[in-house]
Amino acid sequence: MSSDPKIKGYEFKPGYSGMAADTASDQTMFKGVHWGKAMMWIFLLSDTFIFSCFLISYMKGRGSTPVEWPNPSEVFALNAFGVPVPLLLIAIMTFVLITSSGTMALAVKYGYERNRKMCGWLILATAIGGLTFVGMQAFEWSKLIHEGVRPWENPFGAKQFGSFFFMITGFHGTHVSIGVIFLFIYAYKTFAGHYDKEKRGWFTSMKGNYVEIEILGLYWHFVDLVWVFIFAFFYLW
Amino acid sequence: MSEDFNDSKTIQAQSSETISGGGATPTPDIDYVRPAELPDQDLYHGHSFITKWVFCQDAKVIGVQYFLLATFTGIIGLILSWLMRLQLGFPGAAGFMTAEHYYQFVTMHGMIMVVYFLTALFLGGFGNYLIPLMTGARDMVFPYVNMVSFWMFFVAVGVLLASFFVPGGPTGSGWTLYPPQAILEGTPGSGMGIILMCVSLILFVAGFTMGGLNYLITVLQARTRGMTLMRMPLTVWGIFTATVLAMLAFPALLVSALMMTLDKVLETSFFMPTILKAGEVLEYGGGTPILFQHLFWFFGHPEVYIVALPAFGIISDLISVHSRKNIFGYRMMVWAIVVIGALSFFVWAHHMYVSGMHPWFGFFFATTTLIIAVPTAMKVYNWVLTLWRGNIRLNTVMLWCLGFIVTFVNGGITGIFLGNVTVDVPLSDTYFVVAHFHMVMGIAPLMVIMGAVYHWFPLVAGRMLSEKLGKWHFWITFLGAYSIYFPMHYLGFIGVPRRYFEMYDSPYITSAVGMNQFISTAAFIVGAAQFILIYNIIVSLKIGKPAGKNPWQANSLEWLTPTVPPEHGNWGDKLPVVHRWPYDYSVPGAKEDFIPQTTPPSEVVETKVEKT
Repeated sequence: MSSDPKIKGYEFKPGYSGMAADTASDQTMFKGVHWGKAMMWIFLLSDTFIFSCFLISYMKGRGSTPVEWPNPSEVFALNAFGVPVPLLLIAIMTFVLITSSGTMALAVKYGYERNRKMCGWLILATAIGGLTFVGMQAFEWSKLIHEGVRPWENPFGAKQFGSFFFMITGFHGTHVSIGVIFLFIYAYKTFAGHYDKEKRGWFTSMKGNYVEIEILGLYWHFVDLVWVFIFAFFYLW
Repeated sequence: MSEDFNDSKTIQAQSSETISGGGATPTPDIDYVRPAELPDQDLYHGHSFITKWVFCQDAKVIGVQYFLLATFTGIIGLILSWLMRLQLGFPGAAGFMTAEHYYQFVTMHGMIMVVYFLTALFLGGFGNYLIPLMTGARDMVFPYVNMVSFWMFFVAVGVLLASFFVPGGPTGSGWTLYPPQAILEGTPGSGMGIILMCVSLILFVAGFTMGGLNYLITVLQARTRGMTLMRMPLTVWGIFTATVLAMLAFPALLVSALMMTLDKVLETSFFMPTILKAGEVLEYGGGTPILFQHLFWFFGHPEVYIVALPAFGIISDLISVHSRKNIFGYRMMVWAIVVIGALSFFVWAHHMYVSGMHPWFGFFFATTTLIIAVPTAMKVYNWVLTLWRGNIRLNTVMLWCLGFIVTFVNGGITGIFLGNVTVDVPLSDTYFVVAHFHMVMGIAPLMVIMGAVYHWFPLVAGRMLSEKLGKWHFWITFLGAYSIYFPMHYLGFIGVPRRYFEMYDSPYITSAVGMNQFISTAAFIVGAAQFILIYNIIVSLKIGKPAGKNPWQANSLEWLTPTVPPEHGNWGDKLPVVHRWPYDYSVPGAKEDFIPQTTPPSEVVETKVEKT
């Protein structure tokens, strides 16, 4: 039995029946969770289903096509000093994206500590990490397109390779790009002190709050997590 | 059951002490509800016409906007069905009707009715209007996002209807849009038609997601003081669970629509196998059409329950209010809604028995399908038991409720036929299937919508609808709907295939000719009868009897607002405090036959009120 200091007058009850009672209690199901944060979690659940549908379709498509699937360590290899190194670019891309998740987490921490400058710089660092990722993805796309891979054809084997690759990495890249745009906006808002001053949003007219950075952070970590799956399914299988 | 709620147990103990104490003054404690966790919601109040009525952030206005646009789209669907019935009953009567047009009308009728009419109306319309009012919230949690949701829906409808005016017309591949035929030449609307359909669906899903997040978080995180989950009206439970289903099922539709668009526009081969056309091999190859069917029905089956669950919830409340009795087995009803929702994700391949599958696979899906009958039957029993010995008010709302129960049982039983593989295979693609799904997810939810309109119109407009017109509307619709769909079961048994433009001189179905004429005539009458409702609404807005506060003597919060119709912010200065469930009707010992949710226990100590 513990009482949450954030919620006046509510005592959590012990045991499983207590857990059920806490869940079904009045006003809120998730005690002390900001509306926007709960909303982002549920949106991410829905988005998980989108990416699952994509990846399951990819597995089914790859399993069904009669033509041989191209070898990923050859298709995705990058020539470094005249030697083809498999997965070189993709390793760097993954490293950059995961690192940007780290800076994002730090930004959230500094935001709640009301360290405006530190928070802003870390959001900016995250945005630049994301931008680097998208840039490298654009490089990889143009390399493959240069070699003749298209959504509708593929010189290395099954044409579904190109279709699924461009569609799924494109959909993920769109997520990253949207995240980058928001990161830049939030970096501006942090530096300008909108969260400290509770300035109202441009469209929503809701008061600014540092929790918004955490909400964007949730999205950013999710985009990272999805990348890990895409990485495994496309580059390691 | 009440062991879970230690708080309410104490209340029970205290109040029973007071009763045995014999008229002692009730202790003030029993009315205690713990203070609000969150500060009052910060709302944007529109001042201009545009911010108040067009780009409005008030969930009630958004609900009405959804309702009107969905109804408008539904009327287009109705007109399409008239044209189809004209062709089926009296081939050649409509001169312009070619086979291509017929398929386009079938497709658009199906898609409009399922997605743009029923889904939008139940979740967007009733969801927006009722969730904040019934849970005691001031508005949806993110009014701005909610507003964008409606306008996305508006654009989606626009894109959908635009496909009537592009070269080749709308897609004619059936509402299931199966590839490869949906995007190959020869199918009507295989050019721009199918592209616009997919784009429209993608927009709809995006818009719905924005609304859906609002509905869910409002129910989960923005209820008023005292409103526990097990004190929520079943309407809210139904809409909430349906929204959960939608959030998890629409992704599959989004993905399949996106892949189909790419197959059409970029000539990828996600769903396209190697295809020979007039001896010539097409560019496509290596794709799998079955994948589309799996994705589509992973959306498509939960979609049935996205429509049905809000209907279940709403009908439970209507029956309870108008038979002046608590809903029988409230907790069972809640769990049945949740269980039906969960099971609906494990039955999708029963739509694909004839696509060819491993027998064990069919066995699995037949089993899960039939298991759904258990919670569903529980709900039907509970509705009947709620009526049993109730103080039934046989008004228009109640008529629609009764009509719903019989129609739903009827459609449900034919569902048990079709859920079994061996019975389904011969009945597949016959009018038996058409009769089944129109009964169970066309007419039955429609009856709930009608009942709900007659029930909540006084709240929205402040005036009553005409009962006389309402009864005419009900009886024509009810008897007419049975005249349409009952004979269709027979047509299915004699093997009349669905989706056929004309039967020509098929000797085995000569008996179907007269029946088709009868069905078509009934369809014209039923369709026309719906305009009685529209007339009723327009006239009642002006000259209807003023409703006053709480005309049905209902308990739930939406009737307890300080102003009727409720204003932006719903509750004036003070949010309501809830002390009980919304089903305290005809409680022994109470002065009146209803105890609103906001009545504190100290006012009703002498009554045998349920502990909720």
